[in-house]
Amino acid sequence: MTTSSDRTAPDAVQTDLVQFLTRRTGKDWTADDDVFGSGGLSSLHAMELVVHLERTFGVSIRGGDLQKENFRTVQRMSELVERLQTAGDGGTGA
Amino acid sequence: MAEDNGTPGSGQPLAVLGAGVMGSGIAALAIGHGVAVSLIDVDRARLATAAARIDHHVRTAQLLGASPAADAPGELVTGLSPDGLLTGAGAVPAAVIEAVTEDADAKAKALADAAALVPPGTPIISNTSSIPIDELARAVPRPADLIGTHFMNPPYLISTVEVIRGTHTAEATLAAVRALLTGLRREPIVVQDAPGFVTSRILHPMINDAVRVVAAGTASVPSVDRLMQGCLGHPTGPLRTADLIGLDNLVDSLWVLHRRTGDEGCRPCDLLLDMVKAGRLGRKSGRGFYDYEGEQA
Repeated sequence: MTTSSDRTAPDAVQTDLVQFLTRRTGKDWTADDDVFGSGGLSSLHAMELVVHLERTFGVSIRGGDLQKENFRTVQRMSELVERLQTAGDGGTGA
Repeated sequence: MAEDNGTPGSGQPLAVLGAGVMGSGIAALAIGHGVAVSLIDVDRARLATAAARIDHHVRTAQLLGASPAADAPGELVTGLSPDGLLTGAGAVPAAVIEAVTEDADAKAKALADAAALVPPGTPIISNTSSIPIDELARAVPRPADLIGTHFMNPPYLISTVEVIRGTHTAEATLAAVRALLTGLRREPIVVQDAPGFVTSRILHPMINDAVRVVAAGTASVPSVDRLMQGCLGHPTGPLRTADLIGLDNLVDSLWVLHRRTGDEGCRPCDLLLDMVKAGRLGRKSGRGFYDYEGEQA
């Protein structure tokens, strides 16, 4: 469960995700790169992003939010985290 | 509610015997499609972690579009023995899927125990990568109810399933299993009974050869996989596939093939045996031909 005081600044989310992807793939990332594109993560590892976001930002990603498109770029993942933290109930999924 | 969560068209749960890699994967496939699962395993520790592992699998399938996100997930019930879980109101399963360890005696016992508890006509499915169904049929009271499946790992992502019709398998059993798999959006391919059926008979000696190539120093692990992927269109490469199967399971399956076919190409090679002895079992142990540290299996 998160409250408004637990919200993470979008920039901080993006910085964390870029570091995570760099550690994971050994290459540099920008906020708009395709995470599943060349040199990125295989689809089989997409759940690692979900687990990382849940552990790091205290959100719960379930139901309709579990779509690969929500995780395709650092930008989209930070938008998802912001939306889930704002919702405050841990998720808007089914 | 059973009528909401049951196997499509039947309102009954699916019973899964064994909460290992395949059992939990098959359970996740069913649950992700709104089918209730009764999961049984004699190992208390493995059972204790099953719900979390299955939830992870279900979410992976949803994330990759392999499971309908709109369906309410099926209910999961777990137990240490089949006695209470396969009998009683609302508990009689639409089918039993046995997914215990790839050992003929262990499978025979699990199948016989379950078959004794469910009504005649309930499909008893052995999920095996290589053990002939006719051998397992000797252990069950009604061989007509017995049939084989060979789900690939992970079952919730791979949409084609090898289905093995034994000599004694009834037409009705085959029809029920086809309907079950179709309801789970899988494509069943029915084959005749033989050691390793089709996929393992071809794939497992090939992986064994890939390991021999590495042991001989002809090429590195990544080079073997890249060549098989890039030149021959293999989706993951034989050695990464071996890691996904589990090297211990692969060795068990190779022994099954070797003993029953006499094909020396199926004798597990030394490097494979050494890796199993050292506990390098592939993805599930964090290390095999590749490292998987930090990943959840």
